[in-house]
Amino acid sequence: MASLYVNVVIQGLLTGLIYGLMALGLSVIFGVVRVVNFAHGEFAVVAMYAAFILFSRLGLDPLVTMLPIAAGFFVIGYILQATLIQRFVGRPETQQFILLVGVAIIIVNVLLMQFGPDAQPVNLSYGFDSFLIGPVIVDKSRIYAAVAAVAVATVLFAFFRHTRTGTAIRACADNLTGAGVVGLDVKKLYALTFGIGLACVGAAGALMVTIADAAPSLGPAYTLLAFIIVIIGGLGSMTGALVGGVLIGVSEALAGFILVPAMKSMFSFALLILVLVLRPQGLMGRRT
Amino acid sequence: MTIAHSRVSRRRILAGGGAAAALLAAPKAVRAQAKALKIAVLLPRSGYLAAAGQSCHRGALIAPKVLADHGHRVELLNIDFESNVDIARTQTERAIGEGAQVIVGAFESGATLAIAQVCEQRQVPFVINIAAAPQITEQGYKYLVRNFQTGGQLLTNGLKSIKDLSAATKVDFKAAAFLHANDTFGTGQRQAMDKIFPTAGMPFKLLESIAYDPKAQDLTVEVTKIRALNPDLILLISRSADAIKLVRDMVRQRFEPKAIISPGSPGLYDEEFYQALGPLADFHIYNLPWTNPKASMTQALETAFKAAHPSNRFAVDAFNVGFTFEALLIAADGFKRAGTAAGPELMKAIRATNIADHVMIGAALAFDDKGQNNNIGTAIMQNRNRTPTVVLPAEAATMAPVLPMPGWQARA
Repeated sequence: MASLYVNVVIQGLLTGLIYGLMALGLSVIFGVVRVVNFAHGEFAVVAMYAAFILFSRLGLDPLVTMLPIAAGFFVIGYILQATLIQRFVGRPETQQFILLVGVAIIIVNVLLMQFGPDAQPVNLSYGFDSFLIGPVIVDKSRIYAAVAAVAVATVLFAFFRHTRTGTAIRACADNLTGAGVVGLDVKKLYALTFGIGLACVGAAGALMVTIADAAPSLGPAYTLLAFIIVIIGGLGSMTGALVGGVLIGVSEALAGFILVPAMKSMFSFALLILVLVLRPQGLMGRRT
Repeated sequence: MTIAHSRVSRRRILAGGGAAAALLAAPKAVRAQAKALKIAVLLPRSGYLAAAGQSCHRGALIAPKVLADHGHRVELLNIDFESNVDIARTQTERAIGEGAQVIVGAFESGATLAIAQVCEQRQVPFVINIAAAPQITEQGYKYLVRNFQTGGQLLTNGLKSIKDLSAATKVDFKAAAFLHANDTFGTGQRQAMDKIFPTAGMPFKLLESIAYDPKAQDLTVEVTKIRALNPDLILLISRSADAIKLVRDMVRQRFEPKAIISPGSPGLYDEEFYQALGPLADFHIYNLPWTNPKASMTQALETAFKAAHPSNRFAVDAFNVGFTFEALLIAADGFKRAGTAAGPELMKAIRATNIADHVMIGAALAFDDKGQNNNIGTAIMQNRNRTPTVVLPAEAATMAPVLPMPGWQARA
């Protein structure tokens, strides 16, 4: 029985890491640009479809195509921020909300028109395989995806900590006026940040398609999930997004196993309420 | 400017008057044919039930032509309620506002109940194509009929089919886990199982009933929970998307039951299921009403279906298309007999339906006092070579049932 618990915790941990990577993009964008991306989940779904197309037409593994997809999403994010979202920075949140919800609706409907409502699977050669480690069984695709998620997150952390551009972006997040005074090109850095945030979503979407089928209807669910994770972890905190992802993944898995599986999503919301009551800034967030 | 004067003669007036008198004197049934019946078809064509909704929709698309060939004129308003109960309710209001005289739908029990309430208030007949929750016909609604089995009927037949399968294959089961989606249909089936199983005299134990969210990203935890119980039979009430996730996680977790049997639920026969799982989609069993390939109307439906969907692998999406077509047939037939689209008269005619020539296996289409058709037959189906195949009863079977199902690894 103990091995089953270990199994459940490992599965939850691996899933949580992928969730965490997806939420990381949302957290990065909000932490710097101060715009909440309400189309976050929909962008993740677009990445899932991109991975699906590259797999079905060219036979390329999503673990490989994750990098070009992330690069493509970086470009999309950069252009979107520079041309559209920048106009809404500093405006009331309601206007930002309506803009990005509009973007989300357009994405979902374009996907529906283009691919139809059916879920599209990526049937990888190892998609049904699993590792047997003693009594513990862990599926290969989940392990590969989680390792890739950790790798992407590590690169991102290193970028923000050890590069001049990363430091400049952090400066914008910490003190926007100061960043402007020292001559940083804030608009360009915002566009870079939005691009990086969407690159995270692109990578996460490509990884997600290895464990879940792509479907247009997933978008709102992913947006909600990313929100729960970043609020639990702390809005704007990169470490918090990963911790929140893991926490949600493991708690949902354990709750589903010990109690009723149908109620496992409820535990995400229970955790969210608990954090909002006891630590409103999130587990790793800073009090403002 | 010239003014053209038409020549009015005594002969013309007499001819016109005679024609008008003949039209007024004609039976209502003849006059009804002068115009088409406007039917709103509400289906979940997007959202998590999209695969089944689209399949039903394919039936609606070909129906007007087939019905016209049988002397019925219908005009369809095809509406997507996005697998969302609230949208089903508002779209029903909108459809009636736009002149729909009959509502057909809705595949999902929760949405069906929501539509039934609107139809009852607006006195618009509602012909249910697919929806099994027992309460639909137990709440005294006057403006609905259901041409589909109730959850209890599906489950009773499903449990009986397991005995038949054991007898035919000499394979017995020791213990089962009942896994069901926690939507209206799944919860209704759980209640039916709790009621029926203790008295059904089944030769195996029911270890546990496990509810799951059909919209969940994966069913890893659910499968781990089943592994802990270690049953040799999985009884499943699912939709196609969650059935895919379930089988996928069973394979990944190397859990090998003797059989996965659905006592009357969708999911295991949808094209989406076959496409996603390939050979792993084979050997799953389900007990369901099915089309009667020998019926002339089925053959007409198959011809129209093939012309409209030449790339489809099957002669017709038997279950979804068949029931959706029959619902439209019932509405059109009622309209023909009523001679009017006025709600009360049309509903009375629909309740008095008696159609011998139809599509699905079973006796004539007819409804009891509650609006339930109790004449629907069932077959035991097994996926073979990614095709739904009748394996029992023996007189209708095209293949013998295979139990226990071959291991996952041998097929992957």
